[in-house]
Amino acid sequence: MNKIGQAISEIQSLESLSKQDVWVNRIHPLSKLCLTVFYIAVTVSFHKYDLFGLLAMAVYPVVFFMIADLSFGEALRRLRVVLPLVMIMGVLNPFFDKTVIVTVGRMNVTGGVISMITLMIKAIFTVLAGYLLIATTSIEDICYALRVIHVPKIFVIVVLLIYRYVTVLLAEARRVTQAYSLRAPGQKGIHYKVWGSLLGQMLLRSMDRAGIIYESMQLRGFTGDFRYGKREKLTAKDFLWPLIWAGIILLFRLVPVFTLLGQLFV
Amino acid sequence: MHMADALVSPIVAGTMYAASLGAAGYSIHKVRQEDDQKKIPLMGVMGAFVFAAQMINFTIPGTGSSGHLCGGMMLSALLGPWAGFLSMIGVLLIQCLFFADGGLLALGCNIWNMAFYGCFVGALLIWRPIMKNGASRVKIILASVIGCIVTLQLGAFSVVLETLASGITELPFKVFVSAMQPIHLAIGLVEGLITAAVLLFVYEARPELLWGVDEKKESKLSFGATLGILGGIAVVVGGGLSLLASSLPDGLEWAIGRVAGVEELESAGTGVYEAAENAQGALSFLPDYAFKGSESALGTTVSGIVGAVIVLGVLVGAAFLFRFFRNKRAGRT
Repeated sequence: MNKIGQAISEIQSLESLSKQDVWVNRIHPLSKLCLTVFYIAVTVSFHKYDLFGLLAMAVYPVVFFMIADLSFGEALRRLRVVLPLVMIMGVLNPFFDKTVIVTVGRMNVTGGVISMITLMIKAIFTVLAGYLLIATTSIEDICYALRVIHVPKIFVIVVLLIYRYVTVLLAEARRVTQAYSLRAPGQKGIHYKVWGSLLGQMLLRSMDRAGIIYESMQLRGFTGDFRYGKREKLTAKDFLWPLIWAGIILLFRLVPVFTLLGQLFV
Repeated sequence: MHMADALVSPIVAGTMYAASLGAAGYSIHKVRQEDDQKKIPLMGVMGAFVFAAQMINFTIPGTGSSGHLCGGMMLSALLGPWAGFLSMIGVLLIQCLFFADGGLLALGCNIWNMAFYGCFVGALLIWRPIMKNGASRVKIILASVIGCIVTLQLGAFSVVLETLASGITELPFKVFVSAMQPIHLAIGLVEGLITAAVLLFVYEARPELLWGVDEKKESKLSFGATLGILGGIAVVVGGGLSLLASSLPDGLEWAIGRVAGVEELESAGTGVYEAAENAQGALSFLPDYAFKGSESALGTTVSGIVGAVIVLGVLVGAAFLFRFFRNKRAGRT
C-alpha cells in the first residue's frame, strides 16, 4: 500500500475505534483531552537523568491500554514518524555528555547515554498518550471539547471541515498519482514539468468543491455554528476519571514510588 | 519539520503556545472583520488540499530524491495570511492527532515554526510587497522561492532554539545550527519551486484567486528591477551573513573535523592535486574568502560581496545570451 493509501486506512481505523460504544469512549472528551495534555506535560518535565522516575509514568498507558482493550502494536506503529527525529537528537548526546553518572560493575554509564534513553522513553510515552486520546475520542468530540472551553467557532469549524475533506482529497490524490504512475512507470515521483499542472488542477477542483460545499451549507441553514447533536450531561465518572489519574500521575512525579517500594524489600 | 512532544520542555511549550495563540486570536479577529462566510468552507477544503498535496512526492531533477509542497506559503497566497494561518493550524492539529506528526504539547512550537513564519512572514513581508504593483511569472517565482527559503530558515532556526532551550540535546549551538540551516536551505529551494509551479498554474488559469495582488497597477516586474532585487539579496547574504558564516565550519568541514581531527585535509603534495592547487593560488585574489595575507572581517565581507557580484555577473551574462539566442530564433521564424 502506498503512503496515501496508508494514511486513509489509518484515519478510517482510528475513526472506527473512536466510534465504538464502550465506556472509555463515553467519558467526556474534555476530561480525556485535559488528562492527556496533563500527562504529556508531566512526562516531559522529568529531568534528563531521571530515568527511574520517568519509567513510573508507564503506569498510565499500560493500564489504559488494558482497560480500553486497544492494540498496543497499532500504537507503536505511530512511533515510526517520531522516533527517527528523536533518535537523531538523542543519539549524539553520548558523544557530547561524557559525565559518568553511575557505574554498573566495571562499566561507566555516562549522562549522555542516560539522557538519550530518557528522550526515547519520553517520545514513546507521549505518542502512546496521544494514541489513547484519538483512539477513544472522535474528532467531533474533541472539537466539541474545544468549544466547551470557548475556542472560537471559526477555528473549530475549519478543523472539522479539514477532517471531513481530508479523506476525500487523499482519495483524489491517490487516484491522480496512480494514474500518473501508470502512464510514467518507474518514476520515483512527479516529473518537474508537470508539477504545476498536476497539483494546480487538483487545487482548482478543490476550490470549486469548496464553493459547492458553501452552497450546500447555506441550503441546510448554516448560520456559522456547527451542530454536535444531543450531548449527555456530565456525570460523576467524567470528573472522577481525570481526577484519579491526575492524582496518580502527580504522586508518581513527586514521590519516587519505585525506589521506595524497592527499599521495602532490599 | 514537526517537533515531537519529547523534544520540548513544558516551559518552552507553554511559551510557544502563548505566542501562537496570540497570532491565532489576531487572525480570527481579522477573518471575522472580513465577514466572508464563503471563506470558511474554502479554508477547510484548502487545508485538506494541503494535507493531501503534501503526501505527493515530486521528483527533484538530477538528485533521485523527492520534495513536497510548502503549505503555509501556498495557503497565504490563496487565502491571505489570516485565513491561511488558521487553516495551517487545523492541518497541524489533524497531523498531530491522527499521524503522531508533532504532538499535543509541541503543537504551539509547530504552529509557530511552520504556520506563523509561512503565513505571516511569508505573506506579509515577502509575497505582498513583491506583488504590490501586480503579479507576473517572474514575481511569483521570486516570491515563492524567497518566501519558502526565508520561512524555512526561520522555522529551522526556531527548532534549534526551542530544542536547546528545552535542554534536550547536548549538541553545541554552532554544530546544531550548521547542521540544520543548510539542509533547510535546500528543502526551502525545492519547496519554493513546487509552490511556484502551482501558483503559476493558478495565475495562468484563474489569476483572480491570488491574494495580495494589486489589480489596478497590473504590470510586469521589469527585468532591471528583478536584477536589482536579486542583487540586493545577494549583497546582503554575501556581505552581511558571511561575517556570521565565516566563524562556523561548513557541514563537510565539520564532518572532516570529527573524523580526521582537522578541518581541511593536507595534500600529499604531488601530481595533479599540486598543479591544481598552484593554479588556484595564482588565480584567486581572495584565497579562503579573505584578502591575501589577511584574516580581517572586512576581507571576509568584501569577499562575500565580490563572490555575489561574480555569480550574479555570470548569471546575468547567461541570461543575456539566452535572450539573445531566443530573440534571434524568434526573428528567424
